Amino acid sequence: MTDWRHTWYRLSRSPLTVVGLGIVIAVLLVMIFAPLLSPYDPNRLSLAVRLAPPSLHHWFGTDEVGRDLLSRVIWGSRASVVAGIATVAISMSIGTLIGAFSGLSAGWVDTAIMRTMDILLAFPSFILAMTLAAALGPSLINAIIPIAIVRTPFYVRLARGQALTLRDRAYVRAAVSFGSSTWHIVRRHILPNSLAPIVVQSTLDIGLAILTVSALSFIGLGAQQPTAEWGAMVANGRAFFLDQWWYPTFPGLAILVTAVGYNLLGDGLREILDPRLRGR
Amino acid sequence: MSLLHIVRRRLLLAIVVVFGVIVVTFIVSRLIPGDPARLMAGEHASRETVQHMRHVLGLDRPLPVQFAVYLDKLVHGDLGVSIRTERPVSEDIRRFFPATIELSLAALLFAVAAGVPLGVLSAVFKDTWVDQAARAVSVIGISMPAFWLALLLLDFFYNWLGILPGTGRLDEGMAAPPAVTGMFTVDALLAGQWQTLRSALVHLALPGFTLGFVILGIIMRQIRSAMIEVLQEDYIRTARASGLSSSRIIFGHALRNALIPSVTMLGLTFGDLLYGAVLTETIFAWPGMGNYVIQSISFLDFPSIMGFAVIASLAYVLINLAVDLTYMLLDPQIREIG
Repeated sequence: MTDWRHTWYRLSRSPLTVVGLGIVIAVLLVMIFAPLLSPYDPNRLSLAVRLAPPSLHHWFGTDEVGRDLLSRVIWGSRASVVAGIATVAISMSIGTLIGAFSGLSAGWVDTAIMRTMDILLAFPSFILAMTLAAALGPSLINAIIPIAIVRTPFYVRLARGQALTLRDRAYVRAAVSFGSSTWHIVRRHILPNSLAPIVVQSTLDIGLAILTVSALSFIGLGAQQPTAEWGAMVANGRAFFLDQWWYPTFPGLAILVTAVGYNLLGDGLREILDPRLRGR
Repeated sequence: MSLLHIVRRRLLLAIVVVFGVIVVTFIVSRLIPGDPARLMAGEHASRETVQHMRHVLGLDRPLPVQFAVYLDKLVHGDLGVSIRTERPVSEDIRRFFPATIELSLAALLFAVAAGVPLGVLSAVFKDTWVDQAARAVSVIGISMPAFWLALLLLDFFYNWLGILPGTGRLDEGMAAPPAVTGMFTVDALLAGQWQTLRSALVHLALPGFTLGFVILGIIMRQIRSAMIEVLQEDYIRTARASGLSSSRIIFGHALRNALIPSVTMLGLTFGDLLYGAVLTETIFAWPGMGNYVIQSISFLDFPSIMGFAVIASLAYVLINLAVDLTYMLLDPQIREIG
């Protein structure tokens, strides 16, 4: 309890972290309540108001087929943010498990796993994700999977490092001598004690994943028409931006603000949860 | 462990990684949907023509054989022929790479010139408003969708103010300087063509800034945390106690030591530069590798995509190897034990 109070106290002392937390919560609320918040159907065509500038009726203007951009930005959070969170959920759960087992098993299993991770890490990650996405064919799912693959090694390393330090702790050695299974030790001891760094890493990663998904969508490898997705909306707006500045501006701003939110929150959490950084 | 031993281990790892990178790119290239033989033969080609094309491309042979052929060609610098441009991919890469290198170097120069002072300021004035402001800039840089920033800058400086050119590397109709490095700014300088140099620099401004802004935050963050670490060291306290001026302590002692661990990060930023280049080049119609690969993707031009991926990844591995070795030689703690 005092621990949480301490965390909250430190959080309240860091204005940038509070801003980050506020943005993350606000975007999640927009995502959940999209049907209530959006003034129009995001896919309703209305050729009478094509490329209308921002006004009281259409706060963010409209696109080339008269769809309301505010509604599309609101609904777009369901594609972009969900894709970001899904990416991190996949890479975090798979990576953490592999890493924990790798650290506990040691020997050639550990070596083989870690060399494979070294190879994945040796790639410039966006280039690998882009190539994989191109190979899988353009769709939002096919953008999520490669990014999750590319990010997995980071969690493997993190969890393995934790497993290596925890392996020699008395309570883990006691568990081993009692005959506990590796799975039991991973679940009972390694995972709970690795939580803090993993939470920090995944918060920062969600920001990165949202950026990467939107970048893949922008180059045509992610979400396809008529899905409202922020990166794809910027891509569509690109052809009109010289005369209709609002078209790519608002979806792009949504990407920036959301990524800023997760990065600020992740940074703040790292300073709060990482004992090495305490008091700095 | 001696220095030689550490270096040898690092080199061995690099060899394993290079081989792994080649295997992975090969596997990925064979996953690509759509039949490259059909694409090359054309839409209305007969079955026999497609079959013939498949044979010419070697796609009818078993995978291990295809891999051996691929490896052999790679060693000899043969990356296949681009389906889109119908030129050898290696020639295309030679043609487009200098533009990307030039753009990346300009971006790196800008990012270091702005990121290092920001990082130092942020560390020295830790927890003040200066620090908060510098960190805000860094977070915005890290969170910025490069393709969107590029569009905004293009709209503002080219469309609205009209003071900077929008696309390309030189003014329309201007001849490229005599090719030495392939980087127009350097070549123009070498040839003494001041008009061309000016044009090349002006064209570099917007894409260079966009790409630099993306990595500025990473550099600033690294310098900040390294500086904070160093500023707590005993020798800094000793230097303070012996009455040295703040600026001498910060620049003479602290920054020099903070730069050493930051060197390793420079290799990693190369990955971010590639990522940014792909997005930035398409918007500014910058004729580099990023632009090339995006066009190849929309064309399902698998030899080009694969060629780019393999060359970019190998370059990334080698740059990081070079950086790590430099770091080992620079860092007294590692050098001493050698």
